[in-house]
Amino acid sequence: MGMTITEKILARAAGVKNVVPGQLVDANIDVVMCHDVTTPPAISMLVAKGIDRVFDPDKIVVTPDHFQPAKDVKSAELHKRLDEWAKRHGIKHYYKLGRAGVCHALLPEQGHIRPGEVIVGGDSHTCTYGAFAAFSTGIGSTDLAAAIATGKLWFKVPASLKFVLNGSLPKGVYSKDVILAVIGRIGVDGALYRAMEFVGPALAGMSMEARMTMTNMAIEAGAKNGIIPFDDTTKAYLQEHLKEKVKYTVFESDADAEYLATEVFDCSKLEPMVALPHLPSNAVPIGQCAGKAMDQAYIGSCTNGRIEDLRIAAKIMKGKQVAIRTLIVSSTPEVWKQAADEGLFDVFYNAGCVISAPTCGACLGGFMGVLAEGEKCVSTTNRNFVGRMGHPKSEVYLASPATAAASAIEGKLTDPRKYL
Amino acid sequence: MAKAHVYKRDHINTDEIIPARYLNTDNEAELAKHCMEDLDKDFVAKVKPGDVIVAGDDFGCGSSREHAVWAIRGAKVQTVIAKSFARIFYRNAINCGFYLIESADAVNKITNGDEIEIDYDAGMIKDKTSKAKIKFLPLPDFALEIIRDGGLLDHIMKTSA
Repeated sequence: MGMTITEKILARAAGVKNVVPGQLVDANIDVVMCHDVTTPPAISMLVAKGIDRVFDPDKIVVTPDHFQPAKDVKSAELHKRLDEWAKRHGIKHYYKLGRAGVCHALLPEQGHIRPGEVIVGGDSHTCTYGAFAAFSTGIGSTDLAAAIATGKLWFKVPASLKFVLNGSLPKGVYSKDVILAVIGRIGVDGALYRAMEFVGPALAGMSMEARMTMTNMAIEAGAKNGIIPFDDTTKAYLQEHLKEKVKYTVFESDADAEYLATEVFDCSKLEPMVALPHLPSNAVPIGQCAGKAMDQAYIGSCTNGRIEDLRIAAKIMKGKQVAIRTLIVSSTPEVWKQAADEGLFDVFYNAGCVISAPTCGACLGGFMGVLAEGEKCVSTTNRNFVGRMGHPKSEVYLASPATAAASAIEGKLTDPRKYL
Repeated sequence: MAKAHVYKRDHINTDEIIPARYLNTDNEAELAKHCMEDLDKDFVAKVKPGDVIVAGDDFGCGSSREHAVWAIRGAKVQTVIAKSFARIFYRNAINCGFYLIESADAVNKITNGDEIEIDYDAGMIKDKTSKAKIKFLPLPDFALEIIRDGGLLDHIMKTSA
């Protein structure tokens, strides 16, 4: 029987020839991603157990992002714990304030993600890196501590679900709309414990940034990982972003690999989508919710805070005024610099937006734009759970950067196609 | 006496269990003060040591924050019984040495406030109020070993020594 990409990567990492879904494997980890919320507790655990060591200081990537720049004294203490630890162990890839960014945007951009590798991170959206035909999954602090100290973790090999994306995206429809449609169809636990493998001709028209938006949200369907096959677009991105010439292995799913189920989507028929409160699976076409009044628009995050996203938003906002509070949060310093150089910040400033430093910020209700009771926010982020961006009685509407930008201009949920 | 706190809902997520506004600490006692706050703001006032949480499918979905397990454990909850659990939450609980029970029936058979007794070895939940007996499949051996050793790190130290 053939194997899927996910199975092949886990087999390689475990040093075995074959694996089957359900099998427990001890996998070697290639990259461990560490940020400011879940890593400090992992450090404290290791210190408390007397095993304050790192398996390889070159394979750990550290960037504070959730509460950075420090939002209060307590988060400053978390950053201090992270900083002291990173220095103590000579972590090679440690991104400090000024070079730090939203982890899932930063790691690929800085060349830390390579096909065929196993990447874990103390963050549920670590599944983002699957866009590079890598196996990546989110873990908690204890797993993180184990990965940091030993470079190994146990995994149950997930069965795979195949998502065939046919056709090409119509104008005004983006990869965010595709993933919202996918989650809308299968539900927030539709891929629980599974690998979501995306294939099909629609991928050819998507940049790596667009693909990362989709794998980023695999966890919103409960998946262990999301994965997209390697192609010329992947290759070109890596050529531009890998800092050192590193050999990587490209795995492809066998023709006779087994999938639990296959879901087919005709992307050419998709419309801009909005996920209504309070689940990412409450996705409806914009036509069903347009006109709903909003109090805030948020454009940023590990889902949609990359340069391509800011370009899409700026194109719509050019020469217009926003009607509601609108936050532009570039996900990394490089994205910030690029947006500045391209004149996007002028567009946003003129439209009446505020431009923030790279941070996870209000996406998770941390700071920099949290919501008051009863407020509604159209957001390019990935979660719209109760209280996610602030008060438990606030509401989050998930959408693409285009839909968020158009909605910012009108102060209500708006179909972006009229501005394109 | 262990009381059941029943939430007849699916997809109770980590943002409800411990909102991100409290993630600026990893102190378990402090997290426990806000346990389940955005789902049931009275939970902390109601819960007694040894009580159990009972819920529907996909409990603990969302973020990878182990803080969700710590908040529940810090509130001295004995276990969570759910129809199913989200993957990372489930793994985090085992890694922390915190036992979870998967049961398709419990959420329908147990009423909020019922007195509960659990025999972990036998895989049996006894609802002493309704007299219902609900069987469950104990955790697999590898997970039990981790829990018995006091969590993943102790387990690794023991097995690699």
